Amino acid sequence: MSSLQSSAWRAASTVIRRDLLLAFRRPGEWLQPLAFFLIVTLLFPLSTDPELARLRQLAPAALWVALLLASMLALDFLFREDANDGTLEQLALSGQPFAVLLLAKTATHWMLTGLPLAVVAPLAAVALGAPASSVPQVLVTLLLGSVSLSLIGSIGAGLTLGVRRSGALLSLLVLPLAIPTLVFGARATQLAMVGESVAGPLYLLGALAVLGLTLAPLAAAAAVRISLE
Amino acid sequence: MLEVSELHLWRGDRHLLRGLNLSLAPGEAMQLLWPNGTGKTSLLRTIAGFLYPESGHVRWQGQSIDQDRDAFHRDLAYQGHGTALKADLSATENLRFACDLRHETSAAQIHDALDRVGLQGLRPDLPVRSLSAGQQRRVSLARVMLWKARLWLLDEPASNLDASGQQILRDLLERHLRGGGLALLAAHQAVPLDSAACRLSHSPGATA
Amino acid sequence: MSWAWFHRFGSPPYFYRVAGLLTPWFAWPAAVLLVVGLGWGLFVSPPDKLQGDAYRIIYIHVPNSWLSLMSYSAMAVSAAIGLIWRIKVAHAVAAAIAPAGAAFTAVSLLTGMLWGQPMWGTYWAWDPRIVFELVLLFFFLGYIALRSAIDDLNRADRTSAVLAIVGVVNVPIVHYSVIWWNSLHQAPSVLRTDGPSMPIQMLAPLLVSFLGFTLYFVAVMLVRARAEVLHRERGGDWIREAVAMHGNSP
Repeated sequence: MSSLQSSAWRAASTVIRRDLLLAFRRPGEWLQPLAFFLIVTLLFPLSTDPELARLRQLAPAALWVALLLASMLALDFLFREDANDGTLEQLALSGQPFAVLLLAKTATHWMLTGLPLAVVAPLAAVALGAPASSVPQVLVTLLLGSVSLSLIGSIGAGLTLGVRRSGALLSLLVLPLAIPTLVFGARATQLAMVGESVAGPLYLLGALAVLGLTLAPLAAAAAVRISLE
Repeated sequence: MLEVSELHLWRGDRHLLRGLNLSLAPGEAMQLLWPNGTGKTSLLRTIAGFLYPESGHVRWQGQSIDQDRDAFHRDLAYQGHGTALKADLSATENLRFACDLRHETSAAQIHDALDRVGLQGLRPDLPVRSLSAGQQRRVSLARVMLWKARLWLLDEPASNLDASGQQILRDLLERHLRGGGLALLAAHQAVPLDSAACRLSHSPGATA
Repeated sequence: MSWAWFHRFGSPPYFYRVAGLLTPWFAWPAAVLLVVGLGWGLFVSPPDKLQGDAYRIIYIHVPNSWLSLMSYSAMAVSAAIGLIWRIKVAHAVAAAIAPAGAAFTAVSLLTGMLWGQPMWGTYWAWDPRIVFELVLLFFFLGYIALRSAIDDLNRADRTSAVLAIVGVVNVPIVHYSVIWWNSLHQAPSVLRTDGPSMPIQMLAPLLVSFLGFTLYFVAVMLVRARAEVLHRERGGDWIREAVAMHGNSP
């Protein structure tokens, strides 16, 4: 065994570097979920009475629904292209733990979709009537929530790799799993917007993220391996 | 060192491989020249570990490949029908990332590999999508070479290669076998390999 | 424990035969128990002092709720067996359970709605247990949808098995939701550590009804699984023999 053998860590960082490089070559793709998110949040005040007090009540729900939908949209980019050009199966043959490599891909995907969404969302929150002082807390709740959503989404993306035109099916599979995140996240955002302590739901969101971090890559790896059969 | 024994494989309702036996020792190669649809690709993918046989064993170095998949894969270079290259990256970038997954590789080694497959004049920033099919195939051959794996499983390696490309493939294989490597190829036409240690199999029943 | 028994059960002809033999032993008692249990509960047992006659829907609602959880667990276990030991019959069993499980969950939700109106004044409430039971329904439907969306049978089996296993986390959540959160549902009154809190005249028909529904579930599962195995093995020689032996009723 060569002493120059790459460690799993190095392999994971290779995957991250490669995916980031590819994303920078095609920046347009990654702006779509962001644009979609902004449009959806815009739809809420347009379709209801734009009185600020009422908007403020609606805002947490609007933000989280928009985040969920935009994440669903973005999930197609996670594995599909690698599956189509054959690089995904080469990852499975690299001799490195497959779950770790898929986690690396999910992490990169989050950096390119979940993270920007979470950063933009507090601004949308302010537009929907949230006080500016609530921005840091809203940001934290959305960051944690988007991590969970990316991890859960990776399971759905892995399961639907073998399916043509999988958009609606992907949502059907991911949304039930995402409900706890949605419930706690919306609650946390709501508390943040009225200035109360978000500690309770925030801890739960964190717990969900950790749970996802440990279990989701394993489920995704199992699902992807099956699609390679 | 590679032993396939009593392999039975179904794909859907079709019983493709019936009790297939095959063995390769270091320095040996076998070319599967079976007709289309008879299981060449499925056999390669079963040995690589993607497909599960209904019964039978695949052994590498005397050990079943199920026992330590990752160790087996570190010794394996599998090249499927496609090129498995990222179209938006250049040849050099593709090779660098593919190698970094496995082991340290210097830029000089990558450059040398591209030379050896006849792509020395390639503009460094050209994305792979701009290369011809033959050139892309040569890049994937360079990758197989750089992995320094002992077992090569190649599915139609000569596809899209012109005469000089095919000569390069021959040279690569000969070198690999001389160095104690093993190779299992699926092809429509035999690659004319010199060594007496290359067997040809014309049907799934004739692999022993 | 003999693993030979385990693998023998996984052989399609064996399973087909045994399932066929077992079915009447579940189907007939199920019919009897359901008639007795539901008849007793719906018509004979005394009305509740608070809810009057409206409470009687529990004789349908509660067994279906329990069965929705039990059938999902059974589906997940079966799928796991199929995934780990690569036993195709286990996948056929899981596929057979899914529609029945979805039905139990739907009936649970619908009867819950019918009960909710007189009890809480509303047909629907966003109560944790109800929400997670709805999630369970989505998992059943998702399993069925995923399975039918993948063309290759082996991949369809194994991919939906992963989904079934991932969703099993929902089962304890539904059960414990009434303890963890302030819920409209009361805390468990039967499955408690210090014994049931229901009077025996109400508990007895409930248990009879539950047993009836359970046997019904097993019978339905056996029949469906048999049909599934028959469909999968349609090219096999043993099918012709099995049909020949039994004439026109295999």
